[in-house]
Amino acid sequence: MIDVRNISFSYGQKAVLQDVSFSAGDGEVVGILGNNGAGKSTLITCINRVRRPDSGDVIIDGLSTGSMKERDIARLIAYVPQNTEAVRISVFDSILLGRRPYIRWGMGREDIEACQAVIERIGLGSLQLRCMDELSGGEMQKVMLARALVQKPRVMLLDEPTSNLDPRNQHEMMAIVRDMAREEHITVLAVLHDLNLALRFCDRLFFLKDGRGFCCCGRDEVDGGIIRDVYGIDAEVFAAGDRRFVLIGG
Amino acid sequence: MGREGIEAYRGYMRHRYVALLLLLCLLAAMAVVSLSAGSASLSVIDVLKALASHDGSPESIIVWNVRMPRVAAAIVVGAALAMSGCVMQAVLHNPLASSSTLGVSQGASFGAALAITCLGAGMQSGGSASLLISEPYMVTLFAFIGGISTTIVILFLSRLRIASPSVLVLAGVAISSTFSGATTLIQYFADDVMVASIVYWTFGNLGRAGWNEIAMIGAVCVPAFVFFMLSRWDYNAIESGEYSARSLGVNVGVLVPLSLGLSALITSVSVSFTGCISFIGLIAPHVMRRIVGNDYRYLIPGSAICGAVLLLVADIACRMIISPVVLPIGALTSFVGAPLFLCLILRERRVG
Ligand SMILES: Nc1ncnc2c1ncn2[C@@H]1O[C@H](COP(=O)(O)OP(=O)(O)O)[C@@H](O)[C@H]1O
Ligand SMILES: [Mg+2]
Repeated sequence: MIDVRNISFSYGQKAVLQDVSFSAGDGEVVGILGNNGAGKSTLITCINRVRRPDSGDVIIDGLSTGSMKERDIARLIAYVPQNTEAVRISVFDSILLGRRPYIRWGMGREDIEACQAVIERIGLGSLQLRCMDELSGGEMQKVMLARALVQKPRVMLLDEPTSNLDPRNQHEMMAIVRDMAREEHITVLAVLHDLNLALRFCDRLFFLKDGRGFCCCGRDEVDGGIIRDVYGIDAEVFAAGDRRFVLIGG
Repeated sequence: MGREGIEAYRGYMRHRYVALLLLLCLLAAMAVVSLSAGSASLSVIDVLKALASHDGSPESIIVWNVRMPRVAAAIVVGAALAMSGCVMQAVLHNPLASSSTLGVSQGASFGAALAITCLGAGMQSGGSASLLISEPYMVTLFAFIGGISTTIVILFLSRLRIASPSVLVLAGVAISSTFSGATTLIQYFADDVMVASIVYWTFGNLGRAGWNEIAMIGAVCVPAFVFFMLSRWDYNAIESGEYSARSLGVNVGVLVPLSLGLSALITSVSVSFTGCISFIGLIAPHVMRRIVGNDYRYLIPGSAICGAVLLLVADIACRMIISPVVLPIGALTSFVGAPLFLCLILRERRVG
């Protein structure tokens, strides 16, 4: 259960987020959508306090994160950034880093086993001893997701997690994310640009426009009007069975 | 399947530990070679016998009292410089960083020279041109002040968005020249004998450190090493960017200044007793990156051992090239290190 309350943030004079609030329950996948520059990445980084918001608070399971130490926040919130630098460390070690918030002196057997389990789940076994800088963009995104899963968080923040993946991997990745959310009761907040992907895998969609929350609705409530207002494009939403599709352009 | 994956990973770790172990063996071998090299020629067998006996025979006295301090100094100082370079590269996110390329060594060197000449912390020993440090704590303190103030400037510059790795190194060059100028000024006002000894000292000289000094360097380096090793996962996390690191619970705001401060401290202590020895701190981590990759779990101890080996080899070369004249070690490491440094800069430009 995460409760984002009245977050405001500005880069110097430039106000980027104004009074953004929403909440999401355990096991729920919430898509964060909006134009480029709407403030999605900024919002994500304010939620895990990598950036310090000017005002507002984030409550997780009833606890305010405002006064928590980095390590404690890292046990609650995992974060996959929009871009990651290619580091010359093995994939296994890179994923093992997700255990960093839990260790004191060094990695133990449980850490390595947790890591191995996630590697199998995501299907990275063949890559595990490769160096991170030899991976494709999509493979790297999978590794970053694996690291976030190893972190065993209550909330997962994914900033465009599928931007480098092919269609098949996009679906597989989001399916894993959704299943993990359900099984481990993790709340997932994912920035997505693909509306169809969002309608398929997210329970609710939170639209951000010019730094303000535009609306937060269940996936069945999304219609052409909302999409037109947020993105300024014509769109129609169709239903086929219990699936919904967006067709962009009149 | 699960077991296999874990076994494969353990094998991968084992490879790296074996590499470190082999390097340690190389260090031991180099130490023995260094002990056997010198004016009184001893064979490796003689050295090993003397090491084992410690019985007051002439060989044992030469090995234990004359040559051992020098070898120990090379190992401790080499390890200290390499370790500090490795950590500076990690926290500044800059492959060109090290105490000598960023001017920290030169700052420390200036501080030490100031303490030795102006504040009378050094004195002449007999007629020889060697310098005794009568107040090691004062010299170290001043060296540290010089080193840490450079570090603060560098830390500040690195926070500016415009500072690319090369820009930071240029800043280091500017800082170094300032301090070199200041050191020259001190020499200008010092008396002749003092000048001779300072010049001798700025070249870097492993022979001056006795057991007390070595113990002091060690007393600073061991806790620093422990701290660095405890932070090894944090350095790995910082590699993938500051935000990533913070989201993994790394307190970047404390870790970076603390690591740089400790690096400045171990550099300053080394510089106080052995003078300015350049490029070991830059080259050793890069050699190790080639061997064990960029994982700081292996890179920190690896750099320390590699730095020790490099400085030992450099010292052997200094004593052998035109024996019995002993070349200044700082000059030799600069001669060999500077071209390598240039290569690194060129490669850095191509990649970045
Ligand atoms: N470090 C920064 N300094 C100043 N402005 C920034 C910075 N990062 C982002 N911005 C601006 O803030 C706004 C929101 O950025 P961001 O949150 O990255 O948008 P997006 O929704 O595309 O992820 C943009 O207008 C961007 O130009
Ligand atoms: Mg973004």
